[in-house]
Amino acid sequence: MRTIFYIIQKEFIQVIRNRVMLPMMIIMPIFQMLVLLYAATLEMKHIELFVVDNDHTEASRTLVSKFEGSSFYMLSGYSASIKEAEKQMKNDKTDIILNISKGFGESLSRGEGTDIQLLINAINGTKAGLINAYSLNVISQFVGEYAKNKGTIVEQSSSAGLDIRYRYWFNPELNFKHFMLPGLLVILVTVMGMALSAISFVKEKELGTIEQINVTPIRKYQFLAGKLLPFWIIALFELAFGLTIGRIFFDIPIRGSLFLLFGFSSVYLLTVMGIGLFFSTITRTQQQIMLLFFFFNIVFILMSGIFTPVESMPQWAQTANILNPLAYFMRVIRMIMLKGSGLQDILKELISLSVYAILILSLAVWRYRKTS
Amino acid sequence: MHAKHIVVRGLTKKFGDFTAIDQLNFDVFSGEIFGFLGANGAGKTTAIKILCGLSYPSSGEVNVAGFDVYTQTEQLKMNIGYMSQKFSLYEDMTIYENIRFYGGIYGLGRKELHAKSEQLIRKFGLVNERNSLIADIPQGWKQKIAFSIAILHDPKIIFLDEPTGGVDPITRRQFWELIYEVSGNGITVFVTTHYMDEAEYCHRVSIMDEGKIVAIDTPNNLKSSFGAANMDEVFVKIARGAEK
Repeated sequence: MRTIFYIIQKEFIQVIRNRVMLPMMIIMPIFQMLVLLYAATLEMKHIELFVVDNDHTEASRTLVSKFEGSSFYMLSGYSASIKEAEKQMKNDKTDIILNISKGFGESLSRGEGTDIQLLINAINGTKAGLINAYSLNVISQFVGEYAKNKGTIVEQSSSAGLDIRYRYWFNPELNFKHFMLPGLLVILVTVMGMALSAISFVKEKELGTIEQINVTPIRKYQFLAGKLLPFWIIALFELAFGLTIGRIFFDIPIRGSLFLLFGFSSVYLLTVMGIGLFFSTITRTQQQIMLLFFFFNIVFILMSGIFTPVESMPQWAQTANILNPLAYFMRVIRMIMLKGSGLQDILKELISLSVYAILILSLAVWRYRKTS
Repeated sequence: MHAKHIVVRGLTKKFGDFTAIDQLNFDVFSGEIFGFLGANGAGKTTAIKILCGLSYPSSGEVNVAGFDVYTQTEQLKMNIGYMSQKFSLYEDMTIYENIRFYGGIYGLGRKELHAKSEQLIRKFGLVNERNSLIADIPQGWKQKIAFSIAILHDPKIIFLDEPTGGVDPITRRQFWELIYEVSGNGITVFVTTHYMDEAEYCHRVSIMDEGKIVAIDTPNNLKSSFGAANMDEVFVKIARGAEK
């Protein structure tokens, strides 16, 4: 135990003396929380709307004003020519074209079915889906009100007869930040934990100090534990720091137990740091390990469900996620923070990650060679 | 004759097709200063790494301080000290922090560690520099400190791999005084060097060429058998002989 203590002490001294590492630990959480949270938003604001109105009736004008009245849309152009609108779309000047054909108002007033065309720029599929949903909402609202005013029944419109009420559970305001902040926290502690300990190991290989360590009777697990624990503490501190920022600036809810959150994070960190340490036993230079991290972290992060739900990924991807520690943590941190889930709800993930941690740490100890 | 501290029989190390060291046989006796000479690439560092338990031999028997290098690597490491040409103190830590760290790793008790580090710092007159970073002190000091750290745990044998590389003659002289001091305390010294004047300070030397030991004896015997005035000439004659 004392041997491990001496390594931990040494690591902390080196972290504090490092002119890059220490500032990074302070700046990274602040930057991720305050800047990335806004940049990584999927919330729709300023949807550029181009209106092609060939109808010029009261009805068509009311519909357009409904769009304009919504805080989501901005009128980017108005024309009678669909050609002009398409040109705008091709130049990426507009997100959606609302095409109202001649006779729209008349059909509507007679209570007949009618057509409106929506052309949505779907380069960003998720965004297009959201625009579609928002726009249908505006249109059905318009149709409902129009029908009420005129006393006509519009058969085609479902919302006229059927009133669907939504209630979004666990995130009633559909606040995207509440969804993204836990995700960014996962990335923060992962990058910190995984990279710092592994790089400090590989750095000793580069400098040659590892040789002086290997010639001592230190046990392999002692050395790795000494490399892991300081950064484990630092990463948990980073999590607390990030949560505090989220709480102060974004009023992020923490509905579940903080104790449970930190308990789970502790196990999670052992897993990702185990992966990092394993990588450091198979690489020689910081450059090599950075490339490995880059590759794995991109895959891990994108498959973790930070943006897109894991459930909508193909089956093979969901199966592959068994090996992705981020997928477990991404799920659990949102469950604990947004839903207030308890130990029972996350027990499966907790056990899986514990097994994962034990396996990968054993692998790292096994692969580390004091004598080559 | 003293007890054998290092016994090497038929030691061979291959890296793929390349034979770095080929069938080495030698003994080193307790309390001896044993010089391990050879040109660059002769296989000195490969051999010293095997003796320290950093690398496994391809074949042959090696016993260091009474321990087998294949099966008792960790006990062996407890009983040896090692200082390499590649500088191995932590540059971003102070003199005192380095001493404390390595002492701690070797399992020295708190009191013992404190006493030893004080003693070391006094010995080198570094009382005012104890909190200086290693990066900020002269090369000669670093090597003396590295050497002292390598013997902090009272090993039976100390391995020095080109310990005086890149150091001025006065510091080299002082370094050899340190070596004599620990040798006087009964520690066996195994040292590689490029400086032939240093070879004269050794009790016995071996000279390696292309992975083989081509000569092994006391400096005086080597000089007379090669008809040379100093070790430099011995080395050159051996190197020429090898070229033919």
